[in-house]
Amino acid sequence: MILRRLLSRLATTLVTLLGVSVIVFVTIRVVPGNPIAMMLPPGATEADIDRLRALYGFDRSIMEQYFIWLWGVVQGDFGTSIQSRQPVLRLVLNRLPATLELSIMALVIAVVIGGFLALTGTRLRGTRTEGAIDVTSGMALSVPDFLWGLVLILLFGVLWPVFHISGRISPQLTSEFTTNFFLFESVVRLRFDLWRDLVSHMFMPALALAIPLAAIISQLLKQSLKETMHLDYVTLSRTKGYGENHVIIREALPNAVLPTLTLVGVQFTFLIGGTVIIERLFSYEGLGNMAIDAVINRDLPLIQGIVILFAVLFTVVNLFVDMLYAVLNPRLRHA
Amino acid sequence: MPSSTPGFAMLDARAMVKRRLGLRLWLSGGWLVVLVVAATFAPWLAPHNPLEQDLFTSRLPPFWMAGAEPGYWLGTDSLGRDVLSRIMYGARIALVVALIAGTATALIGATLGLIAGYFRGWADLVISRLVDIWMAFPPVLFAILLIAVMGPGLVSVIVAIIVIDWTRFARVVRAEAMAQGAMDYVASAQVAGQKRLGTMLTEILPNVLPTIVVLLTLEMGIAVIVEAILSFVNLSISTDFPTWGGMIAEGRTSVHQAWWVLVFPLATLFLTVLSFSQLGEGLKDRFDPVLR
Repeated sequence: MILRRLLSRLATTLVTLLGVSVIVFVTIRVVPGNPIAMMLPPGATEADIDRLRALYGFDRSIMEQYFIWLWGVVQGDFGTSIQSRQPVLRLVLNRLPATLELSIMALVIAVVIGGFLALTGTRLRGTRTEGAIDVTSGMALSVPDFLWGLVLILLFGVLWPVFHISGRISPQLTSEFTTNFFLFESVVRLRFDLWRDLVSHMFMPALALAIPLAAIISQLLKQSLKETMHLDYVTLSRTKGYGENHVIIREALPNAVLPTLTLVGVQFTFLIGGTVIIERLFSYEGLGNMAIDAVINRDLPLIQGIVILFAVLFTVVNLFVDMLYAVLNPRLRHA
Repeated sequence: MPSSTPGFAMLDARAMVKRRLGLRLWLSGGWLVVLVVAATFAPWLAPHNPLEQDLFTSRLPPFWMAGAEPGYWLGTDSLGRDVLSRIMYGARIALVVALIAGTATALIGATLGLIAGYFRGWADLVISRLVDIWMAFPPVLFAILLIAVMGPGLVSVIVAIIVIDWTRFARVVRAEAMAQGAMDYVASAQVAGQKRLGTMLTEILPNVLPTIVVLLTLEMGIAVIVEAILSFVNLSISTDFPTWGGMIAEGRTSVHQAWWVLVFPLATLFLTVLSFSQLGEGLKDRFDPVLR
């Protein structure tokens, strides 16, 4: 059952990715101001244009171009960055770990805060605390991560400067690492001095990304918990004499958590998208920051590569969440 | 809270919700009115020329701090430009984007949603498939891709918002139109001999309109933030025009020397985005027949 589901999901994922690749490809080529014109220095002759067109295959039909390009992509050839003259794939893969670590840290923070608020709100139903939690998460939701990032910069970077608000790590420590997964590596090598420096840089951008997601988790999980708390089996365990904390965490939570899990998956992809602007805001050297530089320089091959990599990331996360859901949901497991 | 009399508790809660709703609508609406007035009459209301640089008055603090100059209420930036005046002129760009991008997105998205939801068939098939593909695309990256191709500028920003966000309207309006289309009054309009297109415009549309208005309000808030983000990274209108995002970018770099250059535009943007979303939520509850 799970295998069949996995296969069908893999198929739809491939279709989605193909759709994305078509959109990216067509957008870049159809809109006026084609890549060739952007690559040439002013004063290039007709002959230069024709040579370059042939070199990049622009003299063929758009279908042919697409398949040539797609064939390259499948083999890992995303072209060469116009700005730095380096292979796009290498540039993008160098930055990917930074963005992944930031996103995952943000996800963890969001789950911890959101889960805590939902559980507290459920435990203290009908009190002022619950009302306060509702109002806070409502506010947190209606303001996007970009603005939370700026607020955090003001609060913890300027007013009470306890965190770094710029960069991924103190520059002199960069040479300490052999991989680009700084955070992961610092834990594995038990270098907690490096770990502390990394976290004090990453915490603010991660928190900014986490706040809206934490609000969503808190609202949805609290709602599901509320519905579950009225079910008979919960009443039964209460009459058995279990305390309220036990009832909420051990009895209600496992059943209430599934809808939240699905939503977290979808929202996590939005969080990854949000890294683009948050990385810029905190001068964090990840993919998103590179994407904005690429747009400013109109480095189309690089933009193309980044967008496709992000789309792959998106669909993989969705696939993963779907599979996790299938594994965790008993109804799907035994069907 | 003991709920021995659930009926009364519910009535009570409803009254409370209603009171809170009223206040929310008034506060957010009030702020937006202030903003519209400030933007519209900026040339008469603004105390200074927003572009006028004067290094003798650079980084003046706001009026209540020592060293403030009269007339520069919210201080000046590192080039000596008046922060308050720049915020007022920046409101023009923010509101123009909100109005144009919001309305156009609503028109296109709602039309496609209505057609898909009411006529169904192949139109629905095509539109729904498009929506699905669009949803798989990270919005921020989509915006970046579009701006990269079209080049920076206000028009690109507006086009990007429309191209990306029409699905918001299309999805919701489609679902609503489907629900409305299944109702008896639509069937009787058909029996009375009304044409399909006429039914869609005179029967379905008025019933879906409240939803569209709510979505439009929310969309305007989104448009304001998108414009601010893109002008923050200098991909929107040229820096010759004062924008909130541009001011925030400048304030971000000099935040340790002159916090007010960051704080005031940020607070304005924050309140505006919050107001649009609260207004939208408030209207949603207002239109909700249960609460009414």
